Amino acid sequence: MSTTVEDPRIIEFDVRTDEMLVNMGPQHPSTHGVLRLVLRTDGEVVSEVVPHIGYLHRCAEKIGENLTPRQWIPYTDRMDYLAGMNMNLGWSLTVEKLMNYRVPERGRHLRVLIAELNRVASHLVGMGAYGLDLGTFSPFLYAFREREKILDLFEAACGARLTYSYLTPGGATADLPRGWLQKCEEFLDQFMPIIEEYHALLTTNAIFVKRTASIGVLSPELAIDFGTSGPVLRGSGIDHDMRRDGEEIYTSMYEGYAFEVICQRSGHYPHDHDYPPVPHEAVLGDCWHRFYVRMLEVVQSVDLCRQAIDRYSTSTGSYGEPMKLMQKLPKGECYLETECPKGQMGFYLVSSGESIPWRARARSSSFCNLSVTNALCRGCLIADVPAIVGSLDIVMGEIDR
Amino acid sequence: MAGAAFVDQLKAKFGENIVGANLENIDPWIEVSPAGLINVCRHLRDEPSLAFDYLNCISGVDYLHTDEKKAAKAEWQPHTEVVYHLFSMKHKHSLVLKVILPRWKNDKPGELPELPSVSGLWSTADWHEREVYDLSGVFFNGHPNLRRILCPEDWVGHPLRKDYEMPLEYHGIRGR
Repeated sequence: MSTTVEDPRIIEFDVRTDEMLVNMGPQHPSTHGVLRLVLRTDGEVVSEVVPHIGYLHRCAEKIGENLTPRQWIPYTDRMDYLAGMNMNLGWSLTVEKLMNYRVPERGRHLRVLIAELNRVASHLVGMGAYGLDLGTFSPFLYAFREREKILDLFEAACGARLTYSYLTPGGATADLPRGWLQKCEEFLDQFMPIIEEYHALLTTNAIFVKRTASIGVLSPELAIDFGTSGPVLRGSGIDHDMRRDGEEIYTSMYEGYAFEVICQRSGHYPHDHDYPPVPHEAVLGDCWHRFYVRMLEVVQSVDLCRQAIDRYSTSTGSYGEPMKLMQKLPKGECYLETECPKGQMGFYLVSSGESIPWRARARSSSFCNLSVTNALCRGCLIADVPAIVGSLDIVMGEIDR
Repeated sequence: MAGAAFVDQLKAKFGENIVGANLENIDPWIEVSPAGLINVCRHLRDEPSLAFDYLNCISGVDYLHTDEKKAAKAEWQPHTEVVYHLFSMKHKHSLVLKVILPRWKNDKPGELPELPSVSGLWSTADWHEREVYDLSGVFFNGHPNLRRILCPEDWVGHPLRKDYEMPLEYHGIRGR
């Protein structure tokens, strides 16, 4: 039997691709740790993404019910292990809020300095790893070169390079060592000109722009609906930052500091005259904008660090002694969110009046940021999935807790 | 935000569905009945002067003393709480809602207490409710996909319940 075709268009109409389930992860290099994505694809087009999480679940909340707040500090380090200082700070402030305790002025400036320095380190990893996701290796090395210097500074301050447990309820475990501020200033002076290198490597790179601009556009409504926070939220043009809009106990730390929330207002970003302009392909809320917000936040954090150094070196008094290990907590409950590099990290503390909390809950920012993946990836190409997931800058340790 | 006047205003609108309030706590909270939860939440989200468009967190808290001596001294009867932390991007204010449930539905151990799902109002609730179901054992009616999220799907029990016991064995791995 011969197979003659009268009209070639009939064949084209007739050839259909089957839907296929594609497993990405949990060992996929572009999924940032043990995240498993199940993609439902039609050819190259993704119709659904189902994230499977929990591979790094370490029962942190259950452990929190069996330890005193100070004993739980090392466990908060291990949530967002790229920004341990910010995690320590969030939990410490929650405990202090419950106890109605205020850290002395010098301690507050120390905390701002340390937290902002850690934000720079975390965003550097975010930037470098994003380059890796998109197939360029060198930005990662450039980013880690500078991050290493920040880790050296942290090591000098508290002895650890990754899991610090430095900021604790009451203040910090130790004051900054002699000569540390000078080293920190030297680093900041040397680091500022390097930021332009990153922009040359990625921000304005034609391939990078092609891979990220107008990919994974997150509308402001969707961003709020899914509870996203941090650079993901601000990348969609929403002017919200816990350092300015948070609760008094947190915002009072930043009182008197000059900083502007990084988000696009009438087509412009703060400080954007120093850095490459937004490419015309980019749409507000896409991967490129999320990345750019992070890069500008690095500049902002360096500026905040400088201000904190000035204030810290002129302030007198105590840096804040840590609370007693078995400190009794007052009865009550409180919730506090702080602005961590990945977004708003919240802690909910319920106390029954003993030294061990009745319930310690951690609200993870990456958890909410990741939940938006399915909405973002619907209709995109398989190759864009790593670009979208990478732009959310998630850390699995924080999602799974 | 949540002053006495605000509670009275909600009580006038929702009557018995506003069960109580604690305004002395550091974060004042309002207690809502399970039946009225959806309507109260929709009002909080859609009323322009409130505009709670952002759901921060849903947490499950289990109240039970496994120790008999402590249980005799406790000021509360065993129960489970589900706590909603809301925020408004427009007005930059926050609110805490609480729902108090029995530990077990109809006091039959093993039957999870039920609560309507708010995932239709805030998409954040989708994953958060799955987490509360997984760890604290509260069943959310009307949730589109209520599966375990952090524990494996064949895990037994809800770890954040106070009477939870770690399994002796899981797929050949010793538990205790």
